[in-house]
Amino acid sequence: MSQAQTNKTRKTRSVFARLASGIRRPASIHDFHGGIHPPEMKHLSNGTPIVPGPLPQQLVLPLNMHIGAPAKPLVAPGDKVLKGQMIAEPIGAVSAAIHAPTSGTVSAIGPRPIQHPSGMDAVCIVIDTDGEDQWVEHQGIADYTEKSPAELVDLIRHAGIAGMGGAGFPTSIKVNLGDHQRVEQLLINAVECEPYITADDRLMRERAEQIVTGIHILQYLLNPRRTLIGIEDNKPEAISAIKRACKGCDIEVRVVPTKYPSGGEKQLIQLLTGKEVASGQLPAQVGVVCQNVGTAYAIKRAVCDGEPLVSRVTTLTGDGVSQPGNYEVLLGTPVRDLLAHGNLAGLDIGRLVMGGPMMGFTLHNPGVPVVKTTNCIIAASPEELPEPPPEQPCIRCGSCAEVCPANLLPQQLYWHAKNDDLEKAQHHNLMDCIECGACAYVCPSHIPLVQYYRYAKGEVRQQAADQVKADKARQRFEARQARIEQEQAEKEARRQARLEANRKKKEAGPAAASTVDVAALKQASLDASKAYKAAVKAAKAAEAEGADNLAELKAEVDRLKAVADKAKAAVRDAKDGAPVAAAPAEDAVAKLKKQVGDASSAYKAAVKAAKAAEAEGADNVAELKAQADTLKANADALKAELREAKTNAPAAAAPVAQADPVAELKKQVGDASSAYKAAVKAARQADEDGADNAADLRAEADRLKAVADQLKADLRDAKANAPASPAPTSPSTATAEEQPDPVAALKKQVGDASLAYKAAVKAAKQADEDGADNAADLHSEVARLKAIADQLKAELRDAKAAAPPTPKAAPAATATTDSPAVSEEQAPQSLSEVDPEQAAKRQKRLKGLKTAYNMAHKQYKEAHAAYERAERNETANADELQAMQVKIDKLKAKADNARDALDALVEEAKADIRAHTGKDLKTLKLEAARAESALADKQQELEQQRSSASEDTLEALSSELQALESETQIARKALKQAVEEQGLAE
Amino acid sequence: MTAVLIAVAALLALAAVFGAVLGFASEKFKVEGDPIVEQIDSLLPQTQCGQCGHPGCRPYAEAIAEGEEHNRCPPGGQDTVVALSELLGREELTLDNEGAEDANVAKVAYIREDECIGCTKCIQACPVDAIVGAAKLMHTVIVDECTGCDLCVEPCPVDCIDMLEVKQTLQTWGWQRPAGIGERPDSRIEVVNL
Repeated sequence: MSQAQTNKTRKTRSVFARLASGIRRPASIHDFHGGIHPPEMKHLSNGTPIVPGPLPQQLVLPLNMHIGAPAKPLVAPGDKVLKGQMIAEPIGAVSAAIHAPTSGTVSAIGPRPIQHPSGMDAVCIVIDTDGEDQWVEHQGIADYTEKSPAELVDLIRHAGIAGMGGAGFPTSIKVNLGDHQRVEQLLINAVECEPYITADDRLMRERAEQIVTGIHILQYLLNPRRTLIGIEDNKPEAISAIKRACKGCDIEVRVVPTKYPSGGEKQLIQLLTGKEVASGQLPAQVGVVCQNVGTAYAIKRAVCDGEPLVSRVTTLTGDGVSQPGNYEVLLGTPVRDLLAHGNLAGLDIGRLVMGGPMMGFTLHNPGVPVVKTTNCIIAASPEELPEPPPEQPCIRCGSCAEVCPANLLPQQLYWHAKNDDLEKAQHHNLMDCIECGACAYVCPSHIPLVQYYRYAKGEVRQQAADQVKADKARQRFEARQARIEQEQAEKEARRQARLEANRKKKEAGPAAASTVDVAALKQASLDASKAYKAAVKAAKAAEAEGADNLAELKAEVDRLKAVADKAKAAVRDAKDGAPVAAAPAEDAVAKLKKQVGDASSAYKAAVKAAKAAEAEGADNVAELKAQADTLKANADALKAELREAKTNAPAAAAPVAQADPVAELKKQVGDASSAYKAAVKAARQADEDGADNAADLRAEADRLKAVADQLKADLRDAKANAPASPAPTSPSTATAEEQPDPVAALKKQVGDASLAYKAAVKAAKQADEDGADNAADLHSEVARLKAIADQLKAELRDAKAAAPPTPKAAPAATATTDSPAVSEEQAPQSLSEVDPEQAAKRQKRLKGLKTAYNMAHKQYKEAHAAYERAERNETANADELQAMQVKIDKLKAKADNARDALDALVEEAKADIRAHTGKDLKTLKLEAARAESALADKQQELEQQRSSASEDTLEALSSELQALESETQIARKALKQAVEEQGLAE
Repeated sequence: MTAVLIAVAALLALAAVFGAVLGFASEKFKVEGDPIVEQIDSLLPQTQCGQCGHPGCRPYAEAIAEGEEHNRCPPGGQDTVVALSELLGREELTLDNEGAEDANVAKVAYIREDECIGCTKCIQACPVDAIVGAAKLMHTVIVDECTGCDLCVEPCPVDCIDMLEVKQTLQTWGWQRPAGIGERPDSRIEVVNL
């Protein structure tokens, strides 16, 4: 009975006790979702005190022992370094310094295997130790409260302190919060929840005072309202040691139940404060800062002792080593040396794990160094950590969701990660996974869930990076397109401005304006005289037929004649008026010439009329003759005047034209000889007419000949003096635009000379026939002229050989400026129906297809070359060759396809042109070519006629030429537009 | 009868009112541009390589919006095809990249600078202005901006441009996907079997 009662009482008491203990338990201990209880395996290494690690021959210090930017080396190979000397400085905000862990010589800075699951190399500083372990001069701060927090933060940064718990986030960032951020709680993470690891446990047991000093420094820096230390209840010695050290200060020690992963930052915050850090938030945003005990210890060492972070406590454990325990290891110590120091049992190590068994990674190279974040090395036997069993299908048991400390749905994440459905995985908060491995631990199907999540996270990050890069590429592409378009627009604007300026110049310039006027007037006069001639013809025909409207016709003829005369007068006036302003001296001569010409033609007409009258026996013959005489006198007077003017004019023009004396002389010679010829002709005429002044005229002709000969002699001299060809003198003085084309000038001279020669021959023949006494003179003249012509021809040949043939751009250019209005009006009209949008689209497609074809063709060629190479060198076997052949065929097919598509599109474009212009491309091209050749022919004709034909013919020809030019322009423009519209420009 | 008339009148009045509201809204909240083109463009990889037969990614996006097949982007790979299919609600096609199996490997242009004669042809060909240099001076590729589109290789008169595979760095390294059911996972990953 009593037994039962006692039992009952005990039971009640135990219930009470439990209740009481529940009450006594601090109310602030909360719980987080999930978690597991794996075997702790801490007893392996927590029984022995921390002992110093080995001093290896070589230390390997990766520049990136922390999260963030790699440090920048301050030393070069060959430099001697002392223990504690900074050998790499932090770069950027998120970075930490690196110090030499012992004295020695820097032997290399280069890639070495580092602490990374990828097994890749990274840049490391390698120090050959000298065994003396000689410290650099250093001094601690006795009273850190004298320093400002900013100074201490800088000190921590330059002491190279980074989170010692495993992540390695630079501590200087975490303790340097902005003024606006108020820290409610400072949490010291001493949970050490992962199996095997006992580094923090031993550190707390042995160096609790120093840790507490470090915590005080953190308090000074962060000024938190409360400071809490979280320790798992499986470390009673550490708890009591810390409690002892904390006695009398405002640090609260919180004992948390053993559960993995209560040491996770967010889990610890929830455990100790009940606050949940939201997805994507930082602990600081809920007013909490978490620091590891190891970090607090390192801060104390750095601030109070002046010792930067050069070593850390690392647990060496596992069945593989005979002396497991905690070692104070110099950073950079290769794991190989540490294992040797821990007396590697000589067994075959199944796996070598850096970090804990849950979150660490397998090392494939024992040369990897211990770094700031290495809290544990497990050298496990194959029995202890066997190869993982094969993955089995998910049975949807849901255990993973029960244990997830982050409240995720591991199963959903698994499916999405497996199917690369990253978006859905992100919807299920993939990025909040802390990769603790609890889900994989409980999975009955042995699915490596964490690896799936890590893979998916990597992909998500990669995609984000790609997206950033793509956006940048798009921006650059669009900027480039915009720039190219702008350049084209500017070019077009400049072109338009130039055209506009040219047009304006033409209209505005007084000289230019009058030429336009003159041209118009000429045209008008031409028309008038044509009409008059037609009327005369009609009248004559009528007369022949004896028509009755003769009088009417004659009246009409008279009227037209009057009109034509008027027009001619206007032309003459305009001609007289216009050039005077521009070049008075020369123009006076020209004017005189014209007057002379008019006068002599009037005289000739009068003579003819007189003759006719004589033949008809008309009674006004005497009158007419008298009139002819007056006219002749008039003409002679004018001629004299002209001569005078000419002799004056060159003198006046000489300074200007000095540059080209040869040309000037030539001109004079030409003038003189033409005057002479005119005189000879006049004399002959006079002879024929039996006029009484024939002798006079002959004398005059002789005089002129003498003058001409003298000038010719001058010219020869000048030529001899001047450098071989006349061309070099002119380019040096005359500006580019004014400089006449030497070849063209020569050609013209040749033409003139041969014409003169022909004329002379004719004259000589005539003279022979007439039995004139100056026949001999004429013959000698002919011979001379022939010589001149030949010489000029030879010169021309030389010049042609010397000068590159000048392109026919000049006439084309003038044509463009002459008739822009016409072509602009006409061209769009012909293509107005083309849908510009569609055309532009096709243009784009064409461009794209072309690129595609080029690419395909290139690939095909490359493949073919590779195939041939392989065949030649016999490096590949038959199967490989076969495969290559197949690939080549494929590529060829692709290239052909692209080509076909391109051709099809070109055909389509051509068809479009046909549809819209009523002609196909070929016709357009033909038309353009035909127009151009007609234009060229006309130009040539005009050139030939220029020196021999009368003014009327010339004018007719030039107007024809103009019409042809504009026609050509239109054809050319239509063709160009059609081609451009359809994107066939290439 | 009047009831019917009233009903019809009321409905007509309502129709007129709602029509007016809708008309106003369509004017007031008019969407500029073609949003579907933007969306398609954002899915394309922006290499501007022209392998699709269009002179850039945006023209191809416009063409897709107008009904062109959405499987002609080798640099984007099958993922892009799938994403486009989802966006457009079209049938999932297989990637059309005959003969170019390695199109998905990220590449970057590299100019052998000793051999460069400074002709600027590659600069003109680069769709994203990722090549710097001047006439008669050596050119070089800004690796970070290069999209690996290959367009600069063809115009080079001295063939001094190579397309190099982008090497993996610690920053770009990522875990491999586990082999799957029935396979042992990569032993590098920890699997707790305590």
